[in-house]
Amino acid sequence: MEGASAVGLPCDIVASPIELERLIAAVRTDACGAVVAFLGVVREFADDDRAVDGLSYEAYPEMALPELQAIAAEASQRFGEARVAVVHRTGALALGDASVAVAVASKHRAVAFDACEYVIDELKRRVPIWKKEHYRDGEASWRANAGGSPARA
Amino acid sequence: MRVTVLAFARIREVIGASSATLELPEGATAASLWRELAERHPELVPLESSTRLARNGALVERGAVLSDGDEIGVMPPFGGG
Repeated sequence: MEGASAVGLPCDIVASPIELERLIAAVRTDACGAVVAFLGVVREFADDDRAVDGLSYEAYPEMALPELQAIAAEASQRFGEARVAVVHRTGALALGDASVAVAVASKHRAVAFDACEYVIDELKRRVPIWKKEHYRDGEASWRANAGGSPARA
Repeated sequence: MRVTVLAFARIREVIGASSATLELPEGATAASLWRELAERHPELVPLESSTRLARNGALVERGAVLSDGDEIGVMPPFGGG
């Protein structure tokens, strides 16, 4: 069965390409006047300007999925009522591939923008997923997020 | 007691496996598990301060006493997104 949030919206870690349209279709309702979507994609140059060939992601799914569900639940209440879906991809990704997608629907846009940003910020900080950059020169290195070492419990 | 170590990303590469079984004395803590790993794989030593440990899927303090059958995730800084 596919991963779902507490309210049954998509919330998952997948090995296959992300379909943003499916997330948008899942969150929108006739009561929502705003839909905000975020897509994180593999870009050509790393932060240090090295040419990137692709990325690979790995996850600790038994921990990452519950954490993702917790973040979605928080985001759906924190700024006002919102409907939140989030999917992260693992495995080998090429330039332009989407690694993560967030879709949020709410009555008005401010709540949807805030909730969407909250989901991606917290995901980067709290969800046990790792990224390796593969460079065009054949080298590779693991890249950590700022704040990606959460305080020890 | 016997615990399962789940290693990820750079730590998985250093250890050379994504999981391993460790035999530890009764009363062993998360910190003693780390020491045991670092003794076997000295390349882990400089990674200690940035590494987080999880017990059965939840972040755990170094002082936590482990139980037989625990699954301990050994996690370098996260890089998702």
